[in-house]
Amino acid sequence: MDKTFRHISGAELIQIAKELRLDVLEMTRLARSGHPSSSFSAVEIVTALLFGGIMHYRPDDPWWLERDRFIMSKGHAAPLLYAALAHAGYFDRELLWTLRQVDSPVQGHPIQGMLPGVEATTGSLGQGLSLAIGHLLGARLSELDYRVYVLLGDGECEAGQIWEAAMAAAHFKTDKLVAILDYNKFQETGPISREMGLEPLADKWRSFGWHVREIDGHDVEGIRDELISIQEGGVGPTILIAHTVKGKGVSFVEADFTYHGRPILGDLADKAQEEIKWS
Amino acid sequence: MELGAKAGLRPAKPMRDVFGDAILDVATKNKKVVVLDGDLGNSTKAERVRHAFPERFFNIGIAESNLVGIGAGFAAAGYIPWITSFSSFLLCNAYDQIRLSIAIGNVNAKILGSHGGITLGKDGATQMGIEDLALMGGLPTMTILVPCDPASMHAAVKAATNHIGPVFLRSSRVAMPHIYPEDDCPFEIGKANVVRNGTDLTIIACGLMVPASLDAAAELSDDGIEVRVIDLHTIRPMDNETIVQAARDTGAIVVAEEHLLQGGLGSNVARVVAANFPVPMRFVGLADTYVDSADPADLLVKYHLTSDDISAAAREAMAAKN
Repeated sequence: MDKTFRHISGAELIQIAKELRLDVLEMTRLARSGHPSSSFSAVEIVTALLFGGIMHYRPDDPWWLERDRFIMSKGHAAPLLYAALAHAGYFDRELLWTLRQVDSPVQGHPIQGMLPGVEATTGSLGQGLSLAIGHLLGARLSELDYRVYVLLGDGECEAGQIWEAAMAAAHFKTDKLVAILDYNKFQETGPISREMGLEPLADKWRSFGWHVREIDGHDVEGIRDELISIQEGGVGPTILIAHTVKGKGVSFVEADFTYHGRPILGDLADKAQEEIKWS
Repeated sequence: MELGAKAGLRPAKPMRDVFGDAILDVATKNKKVVVLDGDLGNSTKAERVRHAFPERFFNIGIAESNLVGIGAGFAAAGYIPWITSFSSFLLCNAYDQIRLSIAIGNVNAKILGSHGGITLGKDGATQMGIEDLALMGGLPTMTILVPCDPASMHAAVKAATNHIGPVFLRSSRVAMPHIYPEDDCPFEIGKANVVRNGTDLTIIACGLMVPASLDAAAELSDDGIEVRVIDLHTIRPMDNETIVQAARDTGAIVVAEEHLLQGGLGSNVARVVAANFPVPMRFVGLADTYVDSADPADLLVKYHLTSDDISAAAREAMAAKN
């Protein structure tokens, strides 16, 4: 059964985003590890994709051949992926609380097929876009018209493979490929501009033959509208550069990039929970 | 003397050409097979598929990381990708992609590492795949196949295609003589073939070293030493039973491989022998060294990978046994 969430309202999307953020906080708090801040920056993107009527998928038939694919290339945002899949109904939400525990399928970074809806193994960065091209060339041979959505991190755009894949996507004219870049401006050790500058990033993608759009990555309705417009446009691979804030939703995490790879614990977790709830 | 001549083996065409025939054959029979190339299809002979089925052949260019990733994507879309290039370039450029996108998720992709070993010869050390079996050994879910003659190449390509899960298959530029009847090669993944019977000593080999071992066995037979020769075409999963049986039956083992001694066939066989039925062992392979560019036959002599080297190792192992 298709679960496309087509008629969901903007207010409801904002509520889902809030719930996903709270789930990410709780999962990483219980695991006492993980990357909450890298998940927080992408919450509205993932919410728009999975719950804004953009993607076609069937949680009760997760490997349905014609499904749209979502590849979480920035694998360290795994908690967000799991929270969204649980919310969509792929598996029981209770599983989320077993993140990073022995014998749990809720792995620290996503492993392809270990949970329904987990399309790709990611965590070593820079690799998701290539997988998407394979999916789409396969779709062309099979005469299926599904789309593939890839969530890219900004730091991983430093990897050569991203640009190998960018070149190949244009060469093979993979029209149904939509990359969304979570441009939160920070990599693990510091600001991107300080560590390894990516600018002029939009021009780089354009020069590789991609359609480039830029958007506020926390405006969930705006992202949904943009993705609908990309579906209607449909020529050539497209990248949506979503300007985001690392740690979005929790003031003291937004202000401190060292939260990358660090859970929010104790009283701070309570404080974060309140901030997200009342945002 | 030509490889396989002492053992009376019939010469054959280069293994890469046999691979070209074999991949065309499986692509003809199975429409789910797609072939991905790293711009070396004319050398690996994967281009046979390009000519016959252009819609199922993709040159990804000189970008091995992307090549592997796209292959993994094809597998997830329900196809059987054969990801092809030189063993050295594919594994050394894209090891992490093979690990992440194929091995960890147990993805149904097939990897063809052509120009394995040193017998590509004149192009030299930069192109040689002398570490491929060790690298593939580092990926727990990867099945590793090394055919040793035309019939086993055909059988291995077919078996790899039909097997569900990741497979690495080594191909070579050089010719290997016929060991099996052309239409009748017993080939089961994980089941070694005893290609010569004997009770005095066992030589365990893969690839090019199988015909070389048969030559050595013929020479040793002249001196009254009857050697068992095992074609260990599957390095993972390893056929422990056949290896341990050989240790029990013959009491001495030589392992021969066209690969570094570090991490290849020999060290893996030794682990099985040591744990189950220790017997004297000797090892023929590349010591810790890179190899010159020269004619393959000259290189095999210089780096001690000939039937004479195997015979010498066998005599040493026999002496240690007594």
